[in-house]
Amino acid sequence: MPRNQHPHPSEVTPESIYMDRRSFIKRASVAGIGGSLIAGGVWARQKNAPRVEGTFDDDLTPWETVTGYNNFYEFGTGKGDPKKNAQDFRTDPWAIEVTGEVSEERVFSFDELVDGLDIEERIYRMRCVEGWSMVVPWNGFMLKDLIERLGPTEDANYVEFTTLMDRRQMPGQNSPVLPWPYVEALRMDEAMHPLTILVTGVYGKKLPPQNGAPIRLIVPWKYGFKGAKSIVKIRFTKRQPRTTWNEAIPREYGFYANVNPEVDHPRWSQATERRLGEFFRRDTLMYNGYEEVASLYDGMDLQRYF
Amino acid sequence: MATLPPSVGRRSRNWIPGAKGVLWIGLLAPVFILGDRIFLFGRLTGGDFVDDPVELIQHWTGNTALILLLVGLASTPLRRLMGWHWTIRFRRLVGLFAFFYATLHVVSWFVFDHQLALNPIIEDVLERNWILVGMLSWLLLIPLALTSTSGWIRRLGGKKWNRLHQLVYPVAALGVLHFLWQTKLLERDPVLYSAALVLLLGVRWLVRKK
Ligand code: HEM
Repeated sequence: MPRNQHPHPSEVTPESIYMDRRSFIKRASVAGIGGSLIAGGVWARQKNAPRVEGTFDDDLTPWETVTGYNNFYEFGTGKGDPKKNAQDFRTDPWAIEVTGEVSEERVFSFDELVDGLDIEERIYRMRCVEGWSMVVPWNGFMLKDLIERLGPTEDANYVEFTTLMDRRQMPGQNSPVLPWPYVEALRMDEAMHPLTILVTGVYGKKLPPQNGAPIRLIVPWKYGFKGAKSIVKIRFTKRQPRTTWNEAIPREYGFYANVNPEVDHPRWSQATERRLGEFFRRDTLMYNGYEEVASLYDGMDLQRYF
Repeated sequence: MATLPPSVGRRSRNWIPGAKGVLWIGLLAPVFILGDRIFLFGRLTGGDFVDDPVELIQHWTGNTALILLLVGLASTPLRRLMGWHWTIRFRRLVGLFAFFYATLHVVSWFVFDHQLALNPIIEDVLERNWILVGMLSWLLLIPLALTSTSGWIRRLGGKKWNRLHQLVYPVAALGVLHFLWQTKLLERDPVLYSAALVLLLGVRWLVRKK
């Protein structure tokens, strides 16, 4: 296994969060969820998680940073703004509309939508298009499981996710920095990949508002901006949806946004990244190290479809 | 263009050396605050947990350098408009510290982003407008910092020295452009700096016409 591919949780967790993890494991097992290893790319935390050969220097990014250093322009463009401005954000009640090419269009409450889905812990690298990265222990379920339950039609080629639009609660939406509301989308095969998850928690705790509560998308082999936060609408479409950053600056942000050290951003190199908290940069890995997704893009010109 | 200050009695300028001492402390403060936030977790001066120390260093030093450049540029309008001739006494020190912070800024980039590897540095400078512009700004500051001593003023003569130091205008403009060009979207701070620069240049131009 290539060095540095997969974060290994065993020895690296700071003492302070160890208790959180324990309580999470308890909760998880009560719910009858075993840790599962998927495609060698995911580590579900378990007491008996197998040791893995190789060297791992993917320490978990501390809770303070995961929840205090965020790009969530709905709450302001500064990295500290979301934490400051999102504390009173209301996530209960929360409704999610499922629409488009799907067997039944309807509105779900948050609880209805996630009811019965297997919440597991996934430790993923998160690579921001701006050139920094984190390692985050998310709690979530496979998007695939939800999609199978919703039953898209034959014509569903893409899934689109829309973030809440609420100028009163999200002060950033009062400024025209982006065309609101925020929309992101995946090709169906990307959405069905077992690495793609919808996240409802982090570090074993309920997802904080600044991280996209109550529910957000995580696609670990893509730049972070693909991960739509505070989702209120899931739409299945035949044609490729417009997506926010791509619409705002098409030259700089593509629809695919796969992490790729060979395709530079027009204003900076993507060959390296700074892991938050470290001083020197490290090499960025193809598909952020999740090479098992490469076959999704067989034959595609990645310089063009960036 | 050099307006002579009105003759002022010796006595009334006694405060200047003391003020210079205070200014030194003020100009060094940003580097202490930075050190405190990174190495002492803000125990002395407060501030939030630092998630990305290198980003903080680069933003902090870049902003300080640019602010000091603009403060230095304000000296002439203040003298002309308000008659605050004393500002000239502090201008060189402010400019020198602008260079100090710009140098910390650039060196942090050499070291942390490129670990002093020359080829990637050159590549970055040539490939990216905003870095090239920053580099030009810093390179133009070097001769100004080197000639900032009284010895050099004498050696060059006031007129030549003044002409050389007009370079501070392109330096500041390139610094502002460097910031404007690196942001994804039009953000507040670079716009504020641009406005300040335009204002300072505008005032200067208006006053000069008279
Ligand atoms: C070789 C020359 C230079 C290089 C390589 C350089 C590089 C950088 C880098 C890497 C950043 C941070 C970008 C980011 O984190 O997104 C930055 C920001 C900045 N630089 Fe420079 N810089 C140079 C010269 C200068 C000079 C001479 C000035 C001032 C006159 C300056 C002022 C700034 C400012 C104000 C910022 C923005 C800070 C912020 O985002 O709040 N830079 N520069």
